[in-house]
Amino acid sequence: MIELDHVVKTYGRTTALDGLSLTVGRGELVGLLGPNGAGKTTAIKLLIGLTRPTRGSGRVLGAPLGDRAARARIGYLPELFRYQPWLRAREVLRLHTELAGLAPARRPGAVDDALAWVGLAERADDPVSGFSKGMQQRLGLGVALLGDPELILLDEPTSALDPIGRTDVRAIVRSARDRGATVILNSHLLSEVEQVCDRVVILHQGRAVASGPLEEIVAAGGVRLRVTDLDPAGRQALAAFGAVGIDGEWVAIRPLDRARIPDVVEAIVAAGGRVHAVEPGRGSLEARFLELVTGPPPPAAPTDPPAALDALDAS
Amino acid sequence: MIVIARLTIRELVRRRVVWVLAALSIVSVALVGWGLERLVTLARADGVLELEIRIGVSQVLILVAFMFSFVLAMTAAFIGAPAIGGDLESGVALAILARPVRRASVLVGRWLGCVCVVVAYTVMSGLLAIAVAIGVSGFGPPEPLLAVAFLAGQAVVLLTLTLALGSVLPSIAAGAIAVVGFGLGWMAGVMAGVAAAFGVELLGRVAEASRWLLPSDGLWRGVIYGLEPPLVVLLAAGRAARVADANPFYASAPPPLVFVIWSVVWIGLVLGLAAWWFERRDL
Repeated sequence: MIELDHVVKTYGRTTALDGLSLTVGRGELVGLLGPNGAGKTTAIKLLIGLTRPTRGSGRVLGAPLGDRAARARIGYLPELFRYQPWLRAREVLRLHTELAGLAPARRPGAVDDALAWVGLAERADDPVSGFSKGMQQRLGLGVALLGDPELILLDEPTSALDPIGRTDVRAIVRSARDRGATVILNSHLLSEVEQVCDRVVILHQGRAVASGPLEEIVAAGGVRLRVTDLDPAGRQALAAFGAVGIDGEWVAIRPLDRARIPDVVEAIVAAGGRVHAVEPGRGSLEARFLELVTGPPPPAAPTDPPAALDALDAS
Repeated sequence: MIVIARLTIRELVRRRVVWVLAALSIVSVALVGWGLERLVTLARADGVLELEIRIGVSQVLILVAFMFSFVLAMTAAFIGAPAIGGDLESGVALAILARPVRRASVLVGRWLGCVCVVVAYTVMSGLLAIAVAIGVSGFGPPEPLLAVAFLAGQAVVLLTLTLALGSVLPSIAAGAIAVVGFGLGWMAGVMAGVAAAFGVELLGRVAEASRWLLPSDGLWRGVIYGLEPPLVVLLAAGRAARVADANPFYASAPPPLVFVIWSVVWIGLVLGLAAWWFERRDL
């Protein structure tokens, strides 16, 4: 469905994407997470063809990046959402049915469906100029969902919404996925991604520093232990639990199921080591996210989280 | 392209641009009509010759057309600059350009919609002003349709320049450059006439080149020619044609056909360059 292969995007001296590789399969609901300036919006714009890669390549829906015909099967909500204020909500949607090349017979139904999905059916004939920011974002979401696209790219879809609106959007996104669409949701709201997405990709300084199912990313928090008197053979034995990183007296094992932490301690003691401290990973997406983006940027390893985490430990 | 052109016309109607332009035309034509009527009535009461009145009416019409050409330049700047540039700045363009449409089609569609409105405004106001002039004075210009066509052509040239610049530069900068370009183009036309009158060859060449670079002033000469009674042309030719040509409100001949063709090509080239650039631009 989506393949990005070491894509680099620079704007003058600024590097927005620094070798981003990403694979998304059909029907996945993937959250793109990252701090401001991580390259999330640039990645989305590359997928929809609004920008071109400086280097690297990629495919979307089987077509090269920027392919015009493929865009007929993609819905997009920009981060900077703004719709013609002098049109009515229904007219905006109708315009997009024409631009998307929907068959004329499908257009009225597609407009009505989109209005119903985003809860704007009763305001369909109101001018957009009278809409609050939240309502405009709902309208934008309706535009993105028009005609049941195969791929939906949502760039910060709840930035202007209140808690009720956010709950609605989560339901809308899930239902689009249930209808078979692949959804990429770009957000800096961790809770939003945590509640909706099957898979998370964390971007930092233009690279994917972690990628995988939510549980895997969180579990990858692993454990850190301060250990002395552990000989090399004992250290090697710990590799059975997960990837091992050594930093002085500190040993980190990631990923690791929390239930196995006592087994790790037992193995160290059995090998003659002495355990002075045990720090389990905090086990939340937020903690993992902070851990990944506040340190120095690790090398990219988008499809192999343990390798990326190893590198983190070494850094 | 047609969808975008329709959308542009609808935008200009809903944003009241069309109605404001129509109202302003009616007001300005009414004022011109009233002024001409007073002028002609007073002149006749003073026993001024009909021939002189006719020349006077034609000169007033040319001055009105000049004022109108400036208004059109400003209108082109106000309408054309934000047509692409404003949509990019506000974010409206992002959702549209993410659709399976060529960026060039969006650009040409916006241009086409703006052209329809500006040309309709020019034709309506121009013909109305000429009709009122004929009604109150009894005299009409020799080539009213030609004059209005050249006026519309000048407006389209400026609109094209503004819209093209708006796809590359911020919309305010695009509008400012187009208005300044219009002024400089007119000055280049004046300098070309002066250079011809005084035989300054280099100045003449530079001025002539700039007239081809931005053909708005060349087309303006067509407007004058269409409004000028043949008698004025004959009188000027009889005295000193080269000196008369230095007058920016006089034209002894319409722009040559090759210039008219070049103006059409120029519009296509500028639009094409803008589309080429716009297709490659990161948004």
